[in-house]
Amino acid sequence: MAETKNALSFRGVNFSYGTDPVLRDVTFSVPQGEFLIIIGPNGGGKTTLLKLALGLLVPESGTISVFGKKPGEDRSVAGYVPQDTGRNRDFPITALEVALQGRLGFPGGRLSYGRKDREAAMEALKALKMESLAGRSMGELSQGQRQRVLIARGLASDPGVLFLDEPLASIDPETRDMLLTLLGELCGRLTVVMVSHDMSAVSAHATAVACVNRKVFYHDSAEIGPDAMEQVWGRCPVELVAHGIPHRVLAVHDHDHGGEGCSHD
Amino acid sequence: MTDLLQFEFMRNALWAALLCSGLCGILGTMVVVKRYVILAGGVAHAAYGGVGLALFLGFSPRLGAVGFSLALALLMAWVMLKKASRADAIIGVIWAAGMAAGIIFADLTPGYGSDLMSYLFGSILTVAREDLLLMAGLLAVTLFVGMLWSREIAAFSYDEDFARTRGVPVTLLHFVVVVLISVAVVLIIRVVGLILVIALLTIPPSVAEKYSRSLWTMMGVSCLLSAAFSLGGLALAVRFNLTAGAVIILVASAVYLVSLLLPSGGRR
Repeated sequence: MAETKNALSFRGVNFSYGTDPVLRDVTFSVPQGEFLIIIGPNGGGKTTLLKLALGLLVPESGTISVFGKKPGEDRSVAGYVPQDTGRNRDFPITALEVALQGRLGFPGGRLSYGRKDREAAMEALKALKMESLAGRSMGELSQGQRQRVLIARGLASDPGVLFLDEPLASIDPETRDMLLTLLGELCGRLTVVMVSHDMSAVSAHATAVACVNRKVFYHDSAEIGPDAMEQVWGRCPVELVAHGIPHRVLAVHDHDHGGEGCSHD
Repeated sequence: MTDLLQFEFMRNALWAALLCSGLCGILGTMVVVKRYVILAGGVAHAAYGGVGLALFLGFSPRLGAVGFSLALALLMAWVMLKKASRADAIIGVIWAAGMAAGIIFADLTPGYGSDLMSYLFGSILTVAREDLLLMAGLLAVTLFVGMLWSREIAAFSYDEDFARTRGVPVTLLHFVVVVLISVAVVLIIRVVGLILVIALLTIPPSVAEKYSRSLWTMMGVSCLLSAAFSLGGLALAVRFNLTAGAVIILVASAVYLVSLLLPSGGRR
């Protein structure tokens, strides 16, 4: 297994919250330029996986590398778009100031952000069609607009890999389509790793899928084939899962599921 | 009131009100946006235990209050980091235990006099020069930290996880802010007392938040509001011979109520 440039790789990673095992023996690699969507049930460890990759959590055992380095070692490599919980809705801050936070860790000005930081932040807001609302406070923006600002913040550092946690949850369909198109355009230039419940997003744009439920099953495009996914998941995205109809989009996981895996078959 | 300014205690009271306003505006904003209200309450009540301990052992109550509160504040800050989901309950226990310890120490110390009472309700008219110097010193340190780390503090206040991924020393900032708040709480207790300190920390920022687009505006507006409440309350207290701390808080609360009824300007 030659170490071709992997954006992200997990090897034998274990993680628990207290005595509660969350992730067990996780091993997979994401080559550069992929659009990986992480799916799985609530509490299955999707967010934990992202936080491990970002260095916000430390694994019990195993190794994680992001572009060959330990998570968090090189701040310029990873961009993060956390889940918008609405906890901070009343916080007095403008969209531009939020996007500027993506520039932390760059030299900047002495006591405030520099001109380069402002340009990069505006550029990122522009990519998300938010530049005209840069001066608005976050509390004035709709949920979809706030999500776009958070993505701009993640992009403002010009990262090699962008991690997004449920960016499509509770936003309007129009924004959702716009975001997916944008992320689809971005991947190739950078690697996108997105946690999502939205199965139609998988069909439309993903080049790889990881099913997470304590264990991680990684399926790359060679296995799923973009056409097959388009056909099967594109036609009946949510119901497939809801009905529990057996669907063999993906090959049967060759591990013993032990009742934990995603219900792929 | 200008006649009264001939008296040193009155000039001291004015300075105390202004310095308190600076501290309340800046650190109260942090208390509100970081949801540290229960921590500030815990510190205020733990301070009572420190005063009791100092009286019992016969050293300076001010030193006792600062030391005791700071030790418990660090414990509470640690609990907030490590046991975030149960932090409020644990801090509640520390809060009550600190207060209870103060009462027991008072019981054990004969003739503690009105000292402990003044910590309950404050006594702006008896603020000493040393208190003023301590407040000015703390305000200077707070301003210095705020200017040096303005970007980091804003990011830390808005979104800790994201700030961490950008290399912001979130844990360090958490402890620094908690220490600043704790010392401020103990000093402000001199002015309005431990029962009312929470109100002075939270009311001005809560009013200011509605009209602010940045953390710094919120701090500035809070300072001005706090100064208006303190000076207005002090004037009324002197004029009608009432307890200053309580009048200050009632003035603040009245403005807060009015601001709740008013439509918010500038935002939403």
